[in-house]
Amino acid sequence: MSSETGKILTTDGIPLEVSLKKAERKNKIKAFLLVAPLLLFLLITYIFPIGDMLMRSVDDKMVTEMLPKTFKSMEKWDGKELPPEEVFESFYLDFQKLVEEKRDGKLSTQLNYTKNGFKSILKKLRRKAKNFEEGNYKEQIMAVHQRWADVEYWRAIQRRAPAYTSQKYLKGIDMYKNEEGNIVSVEEDRRIHRILWLRTLEIAFFVTLLCFLMAYPIAHLLATLPMKYSNLLMICVLLPFWTSLLVRTASWMILLQQQGVVNDFFVMIGLVADDSRPEMMFNKTGTYVAMTQILLPFMVLPLYSVMKTISPSLMRAGKSLGGTPFVAFWKVYFPLTIPGIGAGCLLVFILAIGYYITPALVGGASGTLISNQIAFHMKSTLDWSFASAMGLMLLAGVLAIYWVYNKLVGVDNIKLG
Amino acid sequence: MSKNLDFVKFDKVDKSYDGKVLVVKDLNLDIAEGEFITMLGPSGSGKTTCLMMLAGFETPTNGEIYLDKNPISNIPPHKRGIGMVFQNYALFPHMTVYENLAFPLKVRKFQKDEIDKKVDKALSMVSLSGFENRMPGQLSGGQQQRVAVARSLVFDPQLVLMDEPLGALDKNLRESMQYEIKHIHESIGVTVVYVTHDQSEALTMSNRIAVFNDGKVQQLSSPDKLYEEPVNSFVAEFIGENNTFAGQVTNMSGKACKVKLNDGTEIIANPISVKSNGDKTTVSLRPERALINTKEKMDNNFKGKIEEVIYHGDHTRVRLDLLGNKEFILKVPNSSANMDIKMGNQINVSWNSHDARALDPK
Repeated sequence: MSSETGKILTTDGIPLEVSLKKAERKNKIKAFLLVAPLLLFLLITYIFPIGDMLMRSVDDKMVTEMLPKTFKSMEKWDGKELPPEEVFESFYLDFQKLVEEKRDGKLSTQLNYTKNGFKSILKKLRRKAKNFEEGNYKEQIMAVHQRWADVEYWRAIQRRAPAYTSQKYLKGIDMYKNEEGNIVSVEEDRRIHRILWLRTLEIAFFVTLLCFLMAYPIAHLLATLPMKYSNLLMICVLLPFWTSLLVRTASWMILLQQQGVVNDFFVMIGLVADDSRPEMMFNKTGTYVAMTQILLPFMVLPLYSVMKTISPSLMRAGKSLGGTPFVAFWKVYFPLTIPGIGAGCLLVFILAIGYYITPALVGGASGTLISNQIAFHMKSTLDWSFASAMGLMLLAGVLAIYWVYNKLVGVDNIKLG
Repeated sequence: MSKNLDFVKFDKVDKSYDGKVLVVKDLNLDIAEGEFITMLGPSGSGKTTCLMMLAGFETPTNGEIYLDKNPISNIPPHKRGIGMVFQNYALFPHMTVYENLAFPLKVRKFQKDEIDKKVDKALSMVSLSGFENRMPGQLSGGQQQRVAVARSLVFDPQLVLMDEPLGALDKNLRESMQYEIKHIHESIGVTVVYVTHDQSEALTMSNRIAVFNDGKVQQLSSPDKLYEEPVNSFVAEFIGENNTFAGQVTNMSGKACKVKLNDGTEIIANPISVKSNGDKTTVSLRPERALINTKEKMDNNFKGKIEEVIYHGDHTRVRLDLLGNKEFILKVPNSSANMDIKMGNQINVSWNSHDARALDPK
C-alpha cells in the first residue's frame, strides 16, 4: 500500500496535488454545508432584520411619495415667504388624490410628527376641499384655517421632502432640526430620552458592579471547594437559570412590595417603623435588586471557568515567597482572573443595557430603561422608525463599548472557559 | 563554625485530615543545617504532607515543628522565609522571568538596584542569563524548572523545600537537573528538603534519605547505607532491586542464623530484625551480591534453573528458579564471558550470608 502511494509521488507530482485539492475541496464543501443552515438562519433572523431596521430608521419616503407634485413645485421656493400659487395648487391636487385613496390620515399623522397642529387643519381642509373651485387655490386653502397662511407650516412640509432623514436619531437624543435647519435641543422639560439613556447606562454600570462584587467570592468558592460542595453550590447558582424570568421577577415583586416579605422582616427586627415602610419596588431599587439577581449567573460562570484553571499552587507560591495573603491575591491571583472579569462584565453590561421585562415589571416610572421606551414606541405609538432608530443607537452603543473594551483590555483576553 | 544539627526539627508530629486516619504518625526528624535531605516514599505515604506542614500550608494536628529552635506552627507561610519549588513550578504566568524572580524581593522592600543584582546572580546560577524578559509560557519545561529553582533561592532563604520538582521532565533532562540542583546546593550550602517518589533521584542527590511509608519514617540514613543495609523489608523492596525468600528462623547464633525456607531448604542469613528461633522472616538479597559459578568461597551455594535471559547492554539479567523463588534475579556483567547462560541450563549460585538480610516478614 505504502509503496503504491510512493510510486505515484515519484513518477508524477501534479496528479497528487490535484487529488489532494479535490479531497480538500470535498471536505471544505462538507464543512460549509454543515454550517450553512446556521449561516442562513443568522442571515434571515439577524443580519436581515438589522438591515431592515437601519433602513426603516432613516426612511422618510412615505411623505415624499404622498406629495410628489408639491415637493417638485417647492424646489424653486426659497422658504422665506409664503409659497407661490403653484405650490398650493399641487398640494391641493396631491391631497385630493390621497383623500380619494383614503390615505390622508397617514399624511396627517406624519406631518403632525414634524409640527404639531397639522392634524386639525388637514381635517378641516379635507372637509372644505370638496367645495373648492378651480383656480386660486392659495386663497381658498388659506381661508380654511389661519395656520395655512403661516409660512412655518409650509416650511414644515418642505422639511419632509428628502426621502431619507436623520430626524429620528436626533429625536432619540432629544434634539431636532429647527426651521432654520439648525440642530438644537428640545426644551428642558421635554428631554425624556437623554434621561433614559443616562439612566440606562447608570443602571447597567451599577448592576455590573454589584454582580461583580457578589460573583467574585462565589466563583472563587466554586473553584476551590471540594467537588461535593461545589456541585451543590453550582446548582444554587444555576437554579435561577432554570426558572422562568417572569416567575423570578414576579417573586421579587412579592418580596419587595411595601407589604412584602422584606419589609415585614425589617419591621419585625425594628429596622423601620410599620407606618414608614420604604418603597423598594416600582423605582430604581427594584430594578437594581431584580436585575442584579437575574444577571448574576452570567458573571459567575465566566469567572468560575477562569478561576478553575488557576492552580492553587500559585497562591501558595506567592505566600511562600513572602507575600502576605493580600499581596499574593492582588499580585498573583487577581491579574490571572482579569480575562474572566472582562468576559463577565462585558456580558452583564451588554445584557443589562438592553434589559426589558424586569424593569418594565418592577421599575415603575423611575426605574425604566431605554428598551422600555423602544417597546413603548413599537406597541403604543406605532412609530416603528423611531423605535428602530433607538434600537440602532443602542446597538451602536454596545459596539462602542466593545471597541473601548478591546482598546483597553483586548478581546483576546476574554475567556469564557 | 559549629553546624546546627537540628536546624529543622519535627517533634512528635501527627497529622490527620479527617479525624479518622493519621496521614503522618509520630514523626520525629532532625535536619542539620546545610543538609540535603530527601523524603522518599510511595504516593500517599505522607511525605508531601510533611513538606506542606513545614512550609506552613498545613498545620500539624499534634506536635510541633521547630525551625532554628523556634516553634513555627503559628507562623503563617509568608513569614517563615522558606523557599519552595512546587511540583508544576508554579511560576506566575502573567509575569516575566524577571518579575517572577523580583516578586519575593519586592515584597521584602528591596531597592531596585539590589533587586537587579540579586536577580542577575540567581539567573546566572541556573545559567539562564538573558532570559529576563521572557514569559514563563515561552520557556521549555527544563528552563521553567530552573527559573522556579532560582526564584526559590533569590531571597537567600536558609531552607528550601522542593516538592517533586523534576516530576514533569523527561528522563535525560531530569538527570541533568539532578546534578544541577546538587551542585547549586553544594555551592551555596543552603538546607534542602526534597520530596520525591523516584528512588534514583533520591540516591544521587541526597546527604540523607528518609523513607516514608504509611505515615512513618521507615529508615533515615545515607543513600549507600539505605541501599546496602535496609532495616526492613519495605525499604529493601522500595530501594533498588531485591530478591526475597520467605521462611522461618531455625538456628540463631549471633552474627548468622539459619532460615528454613518454605520448600524445606535451609539457608544462612544475617539476622537484622529477627530475634529468636521460630520467627517468621523475609530474607532479602541484592541481585548483584549473588554470583554464578564463582570460585570464591561463599557460605550459600545452590543450583538454579535459568528461566529467562534479558540483555541490557552493560549487563545481562538472568531470571532463575531458585529454591522455590521463580523471580530470582541475577545481574551478570557482560565482561565475564559466561557462555553457559542459556535458557534451561542449571547453574550454580552463591552468596555470602552477610548479604542475605533476614528482615521482618512481609
